[in-house]
Amino acid sequence: MEPLERYRPIVDDFEAFLAACERPLGNAVRVNTIKVPVDRTLEALDEDGVAYEQADWNPRVLRLETDSPGSTWTSFHGFTHGQEEVSAVPPVVLDPQPGERVWDCCAAPGGKATQIAALMDDRGTVVANDSNLGRISALRFNAERLGATSLAVTNADARNYSLSRFDFDVFDRALVDAPCSCEGTIRKNPDALDDWSPDHIASVTGIQKGILRRAIQATREGGTVVYSTCTFAPEENEAVVQHALDEEDCRVVDFALGLDHSPGLTGWDGETFDDSLSRAARIYPHQNDTGGFFVAKLEVTA
Amino acid sequence: MGDDSTTGDDLAQNDGQRFDRLPATDADRTVEGRVSREAVLDYFADRFGIPPETFDDHTFWEKGAGKIWIYAGTAPTPIEIEALGMTCLRTRQEHWKPTTDFAQRFGRHATECVIDLDRDAARRFAAGEDQERDWDGDWGYLIAAHEVAGEREPLGIGLFVHGELRSMVPKGRQREL
Repeated sequence: MEPLERYRPIVDDFEAFLAACERPLGNAVRVNTIKVPVDRTLEALDEDGVAYEQADWNPRVLRLETDSPGSTWTSFHGFTHGQEEVSAVPPVVLDPQPGERVWDCCAAPGGKATQIAALMDDRGTVVANDSNLGRISALRFNAERLGATSLAVTNADARNYSLSRFDFDVFDRALVDAPCSCEGTIRKNPDALDDWSPDHIASVTGIQKGILRRAIQATREGGTVVYSTCTFAPEENEAVVQHALDEEDCRVVDFALGLDHSPGLTGWDGETFDDSLSRAARIYPHQNDTGGFFVAKLEVTA
Repeated sequence: MGDDSTTGDDLAQNDGQRFDRLPATDADRTVEGRVSREAVLDYFADRFGIPPETFDDHTFWEKGAGKIWIYAGTAPTPIEIEALGMTCLRTRQEHWKPTTDFAQRFGRHATECVIDLDRDAARRFAAGEDQERDWDGDWGYLIAAHEVAGEREPLGIGLFVHGELRSMVPKGRQREL
């Protein structure tokens, strides 16, 4: 937990934060509404004697009281998909609409891409891209199990992504759920901080900035880009969004979120960020008993 | 693309690296051995009673020999990418075979060739086991289903032959429930 000490000045009730990071995380699943409505899934779980708690902020997110959420009838039928509660936040903030064209830049293993498809009633085009061919097989497996027919899967580096393969040249929305140092997943993966180093953070921020810039360029004026990570590092969060504000035509916009969270930072380590970055959300593990996440919503401007 | 194209040796070969949209009818075919959208819809309607209009918002594509994909989005044809929607059907073999994932997604619309299993038989089917069954309908590929939360729910594709229902659930989708 040593690397987390650097956040003592910015996290309210830091001791509670550390204590939460040391507790393992329960099993959460998302209801896949491509297959069934929420109430029928709940009925199927009742039938199987699997207890659950429905998240207040999102009725499609359930905390299951079972050690093997994959061995349920709801999982076999693709009614549910194992997905951490906070991981379901970015697609909700993205708010995709049926019929739109949406780009999920870093889509594998597909939890968020299929959630986007479900929010669009599986109507429209979700381009689910990942640079790692090995992870694409997991993405495809999940997409088919969940019955998503609106996904087009590509294998490319998002930083210089070409839309020439499609018959449209701009997206309505894009999700950049960027590769990151994953500090916020420590409750799920106790090894998450083993490779932590300032150098590692510095190396991923370059990639994050490149992907976010390309996502903004590939989204139409007035369209929405959501930037998210599962880390607390301001270098990978606010500083990356600040870079986008400096280099591309976009602005940070407000969004409502039914989970407790803290505002984005307007300064870190001697660097100041635009005041609008306080509109971003920092979700800490002790606030909702979840993993950690950062989410910012951008509107593409002229 | 006239009538000649369906008869002669001038039909192109299937290119396994890319997705090509299925021709509307057999008469529109330009690639040897490729099935048409009409043939696919007829098969789902004739075999399983799934109404053709179920697929009004979907297009069908071939990538890989006889591997048919169902897609709801927009794309040009041909297109070279990793996946387009989901695989739904295997053609270019004696008996066409739908995929388990297609059966789970669209099998609810089926009215024929659906075999209803009780919970224990459903459990064995999901685990990939073969089982003795009585079935007085057509032999061949069936949709296996059971009741979940008050409604019939498809489990996947089974093959019925000689009094035996063989589970076609792929290894990676099998579960001990």
